[in-house]
Amino acid sequence: MTQKEKLVLVGNGMAGVNAVEHLLKLAPGKYEVTIFGSEPHPNYNRILLSYVLAGDSKVDDIVIHPFEWYTTNGITLHTNQTVTDIDITAQTVTSDKGITVSYDKLILATGSNPFMIPLPGADKEGVMAYRTIRDCEIMIDSAKKYKKAIVIGGGLLGLEAARGFLNLGMKVDVVHILDTIMERQLDRPASKMLQEALEDQGMNFLLEKQSAEIIGDKRVTGLKFKDGTVAEADLIVMAVGIRPNVELAKKAGLECNPGIIVNDYLQTSVPNVYAVGECAMHRGVAYGLVAPLYEQGAVLAKHLASVETAPYEGSVVYTKLKVSGVDVFSGGQFVDAEGTKAIRVHDEFSGIYKKVVIKDNKIIGAVLFGDTSDGTRLMQMIREETDISGMEKTAILKDNSGSGAASGVADMSDDTIICGCNGVTKGTICSAIKEQGLTSVEEVKNCTTASRSCGGCKPLVSDLLAYTLGTSYDKNAAKETICSCTEHSRDEVVEAIRSKGLTHVREVMNVLGWKNEEGCSKCRPALNYYLGMVNPESYRDDSTSRFVNERMHANIQKDGTYSVVPRMYGGVTNPAELKRIAEVAERFNVPTVKLTGGQRIDLLGVKKEDLTAMWEELDMPSGYAYGKALRTVKTCVGEEFCRFGTGDSMAVGIAMEKRFERLNTPAKVKMAVSGCPRNCAESGIKDLGVVSVDGGWELYAGGNGGVKVRVGDLLTTVKTEQEIIEYTEAYLQYYRETGKYGERTSEWVHRLGIDHIRDVVQDEAKRKELCARMDTALSVTKDPWRAAIDSKKIRQDLYEVVELT
Amino acid sequence: MSVKEEQLVWVEAVSYEELAFNTGKTIRYQGEEVALFKLSSGKLQAIQNRCPHKDGVLAEGIVCDEHVFCPMHDRKIHLPSGLVQLPDTGCVKTYSTKLQDGIVYIGFAKAEELAS
Repeated sequence: MTQKEKLVLVGNGMAGVNAVEHLLKLAPGKYEVTIFGSEPHPNYNRILLSYVLAGDSKVDDIVIHPFEWYTTNGITLHTNQTVTDIDITAQTVTSDKGITVSYDKLILATGSNPFMIPLPGADKEGVMAYRTIRDCEIMIDSAKKYKKAIVIGGGLLGLEAARGFLNLGMKVDVVHILDTIMERQLDRPASKMLQEALEDQGMNFLLEKQSAEIIGDKRVTGLKFKDGTVAEADLIVMAVGIRPNVELAKKAGLECNPGIIVNDYLQTSVPNVYAVGECAMHRGVAYGLVAPLYEQGAVLAKHLASVETAPYEGSVVYTKLKVSGVDVFSGGQFVDAEGTKAIRVHDEFSGIYKKVVIKDNKIIGAVLFGDTSDGTRLMQMIREETDISGMEKTAILKDNSGSGAASGVADMSDDTIICGCNGVTKGTICSAIKEQGLTSVEEVKNCTTASRSCGGCKPLVSDLLAYTLGTSYDKNAAKETICSCTEHSRDEVVEAIRSKGLTHVREVMNVLGWKNEEGCSKCRPALNYYLGMVNPESYRDDSTSRFVNERMHANIQKDGTYSVVPRMYGGVTNPAELKRIAEVAERFNVPTVKLTGGQRIDLLGVKKEDLTAMWEELDMPSGYAYGKALRTVKTCVGEEFCRFGTGDSMAVGIAMEKRFERLNTPAKVKMAVSGCPRNCAESGIKDLGVVSVDGGWELYAGGNGGVKVRVGDLLTTVKTEQEIIEYTEAYLQYYRETGKYGERTSEWVHRLGIDHIRDVVQDEAKRKELCARMDTALSVTKDPWRAAIDSKKIRQDLYEVVELT
Repeated sequence: MSVKEEQLVWVEAVSYEELAFNTGKTIRYQGEEVALFKLSSGKLQAIQNRCPHKDGVLAEGIVCDEHVFCPMHDRKIHLPSGLVQLPDTGCVKTYSTKLQDGIVYIGFAKAEELAS
């Protein structure tokens, strides 16, 4: 066996370790690897520090390569050690702990240092940077003792730090020297929209302010500006930029300006020494974002593995701000300049701003605010220098579901799976469109099964229709009918039920000229819902028009057994109830008992003939875990127990669940109540989420943590728990009356717009009317498990299994 | 059905009156499971209680005209023929039924026929 070459990596961060990982895959056994890192941690994802600070992740969650990875790959790792010297003649490095290691190849990935403004007082306690896990920990600790932070710097990092402070319950000022924030990534309109959105979240901006002095005794107490004004602060974070960390390289005599100069193969001016990542300067650019670092790492790894590689020729960068509730995207050259033209869309109603900069018929940059779904596609067009002269200009910015995205599907190969649920490929869909002359998503669904299950691929199917049919396809032209049994839309059907006084599913189909006399599995449940919604008191539910789960009041499983989830208001239970559940589970030989995501207990694998007897013994109401109805109200423990809680989230959650249980809705409804903005009950991704804030409650609407994750919009802020119920009644009733059957609130809020919904529920007269109708709807509900237990006919019709001999 | 009348065993199942319209009834007989339906027209239909796609229980499907929609993945099955409707394919076994003195009988193949 030939002697392994020695590879030393200085810097245990994302760029260097990524390159090494890549190299180990390409040339396992070629190198004996030693890594030095100044921090005590293994390689972690520095980008996700914002989430750690925001409390969404733990340090362990952001580790990319745990210590075992190093061991498994035979890498010698020296943490807590900083390399202080390189001897480029002897080819050795020496650390501050006195270890000397020789190398055949050396990679410098020393990253960058945060730039600290040399203000008077900058050495006081409580002045810091935001760069490492340690910084993060200090900030989290400080939030327990102190109330007010200042972040100097209104760039990406500064804003993420500021958001972190808000999450930690601190007040925060963001100080910026210019009058627009994130000016390196955003143009003025987008910057102002971002500022407004962040102000709504509670951030305070001090713009066009130049810091002069940090005041305080031992610890900082405030920040003084050149204009003489002072802002108070217990903690100051400087996030004004980074400087390549080149101290070691300079000392060793490597050429630096200001980063370590590298060529297209990441070679420095000294043989066998390479540099990658934020410390490197390539063609006059030092990158501070992760994508370019990985691109550099890939080239370096191939080069070191002696695999043929194209040179690294620089990166087109893009940025996404990681602040929840705000969607910002920026990429390429987005500033207007000589020879450039731009397409702009500015929808002040929806808070959406999009700008695409074009030069010589190519897109060179883009800024998106509010809706960043075009980002990936635009970046691809920027990277590939797509010629857009043949494209309709306005189509470039159409939203994802529009024909503009057709260029995305155009690039997919024929065997790309479009519908993951049913395994339908692009090729299958395109040939069906051509050969069978399909013109709508519905037809494609019926012909190929694509989009039949979760529906998540509908936009892609729509894109494929646009791509295959060209301009003859207009996704908006075809009226959205309830199903293929009818030409009528949802609104027309509901209007007919109201105006013609229709009272039965069959009657609706009859009067409105349904093509199939008895409809199909899609329209029948929808009609049953609409009839019940319009006439809650007089309508008699048609169980044969209910989907199995809603008819049986249990969730059917793949083997035909059912799961049983009893109601547990607010996720709160007691020992007696738990004992009873345990005993019932044992008596009925329930094979699996599982906790659900909605804080309840799921008894899985129950035979249908056992259901009613089991419910009777459980003696608990149905949890409606199967229905287009209120599922659960998830709660955190709140002020009763939690040291951070400001509201009694358990009590409010229980009250809400008791108020709205058994309510039929167009699609399932999940709610949550959190006792403070730490949001442990995940109120931000619920159909209605309630968050206790100082002196009141915030209500978030249209959140979803499912197929398509959506953060809820702030609907309103109320003072009392009574108002929570009142606004929720109005909101849910408006959803019941205007939602399409099967449409989640996330889609509904997106379709109607949060502003419109807010206007409706805040209008006192309208709100009272909605509440009154909700009251009627709720007044007639009955527990379905109890109904089945009490009725021999129901038990016989639905749950009986006849054994013949 | 290819099975001739004389090769069937008629097994007494349920009372016709007590069957709910458009609501499948699960019936087990010697290891076979049948979904029995009374359609809006009053006609009876019986099929094997397993969808050919992924074994969904058809007795719990929504019934429309002469079709049942599998509750698992919405396959549409024609009850008289047992054929899965396009764009899907496949078929389920169908059973003969007869009504005598208000009692529904289901025709099962004789044991030796089953064995062959």
